[in-house]
Amino acid sequence: MRLELEKRPERSTLMALLSPVIAITLTLVTGAVLFAALGQNPAVALYMFFIDPLTASWSLQELVVKATPLILIGVGLAVCFLSNTWNIGAEGQFTAGALAGSMLPILLPGFESFLTLPLMLLMGIAGGMLWGGIPAFLKVRFGTNEILTSLMLVYISQLLLDWLVRGPWRDPEGFNFPESRVFSDAATLPALADGRMHVGAIFAVIAVLALSVVLLKTLKGFEIRVLGQAPRAGRFAGFSRNKIIVFAFLLSGGLAGLAGISEVSGSVNQLTPVISPGYGFTAIIVAFLGRLNPIGIFLSGFLLALSYLGGEAAQVTLGISDKTTRVFQGLLLFYVLACDTLILYRIRFARPGVSAKGA
Amino acid sequence: MKKLFGIALAAALGLGMASAQAEDKLKVGFIYVGPIGDHGWSYQHNQGRLAIEAAFGDKVETTYIENVSEGPDAERAIERLARDGAGLIFTTSFGFMNPTLKVAKKFPDVKFEHATGYKRADNVSTYSARFYEGRYIIGQIAAKMSKTGTAGYIGSFPIPEVVRGINSFMLGAQSVNPDFKIKVVWVNSWYDPGKEADAAKALLDQGADVISQHTDSPAPLQVAEERGAVGFGQASDMIKFAPNAQLTAIVDDWSVYYVNRVQAALDGTWKSEDIWGGLAKDMVLMAPFTNLPEDVANEAAAMTDKIRSGAFHPFTGPIFKQNGEVAVEDGIILDDGALLGMNWYVKGIDDQLPQ
Repeated sequence: MRLELEKRPERSTLMALLSPVIAITLTLVTGAVLFAALGQNPAVALYMFFIDPLTASWSLQELVVKATPLILIGVGLAVCFLSNTWNIGAEGQFTAGALAGSMLPILLPGFESFLTLPLMLLMGIAGGMLWGGIPAFLKVRFGTNEILTSLMLVYISQLLLDWLVRGPWRDPEGFNFPESRVFSDAATLPALADGRMHVGAIFAVIAVLALSVVLLKTLKGFEIRVLGQAPRAGRFAGFSRNKIIVFAFLLSGGLAGLAGISEVSGSVNQLTPVISPGYGFTAIIVAFLGRLNPIGIFLSGFLLALSYLGGEAAQVTLGISDKTTRVFQGLLLFYVLACDTLILYRIRFARPGVSAKGA
Repeated sequence: MKKLFGIALAAALGLGMASAQAEDKLKVGFIYVGPIGDHGWSYQHNQGRLAIEAAFGDKVETTYIENVSEGPDAERAIERLARDGAGLIFTTSFGFMNPTLKVAKKFPDVKFEHATGYKRADNVSTYSARFYEGRYIIGQIAAKMSKTGTAGYIGSFPIPEVVRGINSFMLGAQSVNPDFKIKVVWVNSWYDPGKEADAAKALLDQGADVISQHTDSPAPLQVAEERGAVGFGQASDMIKFAPNAQLTAIVDDWSVYYVNRVQAALDGTWKSEDIWGGLAKDMVLMAPFTNLPEDVANEAAAMTDKIRSGAFHPFTGPIFKQNGEVAVEDGIILDDGALLGMNWYVKGIDDQLPQ
């Protein structure tokens, strides 16, 4: 006996709508059992996870701050994945964008004008595009595997950042500690409210709306999907596989770069050896959780951000360990992805030897 | 949207009132960079937190967030503790410096204590421990116990604190064996048992027979134990992990300091300070000297007393830099400012610092 996943002939619209609801219900039930087993009141624990972060203006803003880079990177990655291009290195493009954009406030701290921020943002986008362009070029020119090259460029960019903040870009007044100087006000993205929410959030909304239109309403969007799902058909239609690879990498790299410089300028205010808690990798989950649809990614970005904030709230108020909160996050992702899979596929028990004819 | 904010605001006010009623207790919050189960840095800070609970019982309430990465997440985690009603917050890693200051600005009535940093404010103190005192002692032990005359040193990040430790270790070793050698491997992490163990294996393969570490897991010691080499515990007494390999450990003991600061906050005498205490203030302790010949153990104990009493300072000149240039003149003791910003190696260390 073995398990097989068999594609369903038809996809149920009702189930597609119900799937997130079922997934969240299952998470809540399992989570309640988990918390009860730990001797916590399940209702209180679940309240801390899902509701408490939504009850105050500051934590709502923090939610936006956390979701912004995830969404910006996630929508770019959706274009890659839809076109069957595997950019795993958004973390590197995020870092490259942050580095490129930070050149201005670090190397020319005296340059404070209304042009500082726009230039920084453009340089950040360019840095991300450059970093994303390398695996695209290697793929198109030499046929290298973009999964490997984009991933390895992550480590290169992180080590470059590490070297810069310990060496040439170290704060001259910082007692040799590994940090850049703190950005001036002219190089800091303005806040949108009284808390930490900054202009980067607007970029995320614009990116979601723009890519929704591009993917659903334009020829380019059609091209991306055709080349992703039926490369041969795409070629007959006269679409170039190579062009779309370059397009997808430059777009997702640019958005990741924008996320990087927004995060550094709006939230961290300086370069430090660590500027991302793994946004570029988490955004891959966000992209798939949002079913590669910009609006879906917008929602899934918030869901993931909520699980982080909720995890912290639960640690502080209930004194449960960080491990428990991570198990709980894992549960949530597991159920959502499993329910999604079961919309498209069904499980079948097959006997070895009598393997499915249709496979 | 406006309505949503209205509801949120009302809820927040409600919560605020609820916490105001329980105001007579002092809430003490902690931010840890690693898991409290690391048996090193964060573990020891958590022991300090438990010491506060033991000392003050019902008068205080403590809470913590562990595994907070030094980056964009830190500010939110600190702010959460402040919002949660903490009156005194300890942020226990260097990378929390600027986030701590930013939150402190927003919450002038909350007291903050940042470990190992150098920026202070009216409501932000800094504190650290003189671990380098212990490093000198273990350097001497290493030189006495090594047959190959080479120690392996696992470094986390080349920041002044770690460089100072390597230098102090080397000065101790050179006082016994002027030709002593150190091989340094940087793992670029404070806590990564896998990488730390790999580094220890590589160092032993390259001829080192004593392992010293400035990373927080017991993994390097466990490797030393397996391979029949010796080493030193980091931050906590790790003898359970390496009963035959640990010679001693440099133990960070924060409990005395934490209890004092909480007492000051309760008494209303807390003020912003910079505390840098070592063996003399019981912030650094040496674990029992084990697996050593009696004379070596006795000499180590004597050196510990000498440093504790102030009769000896590890950074007493003459000290030379790698290129032979004089760093500290004969008979002079390096001042704290130079110690805090140290970014050069002493002569004899075969490694390059990023400049």
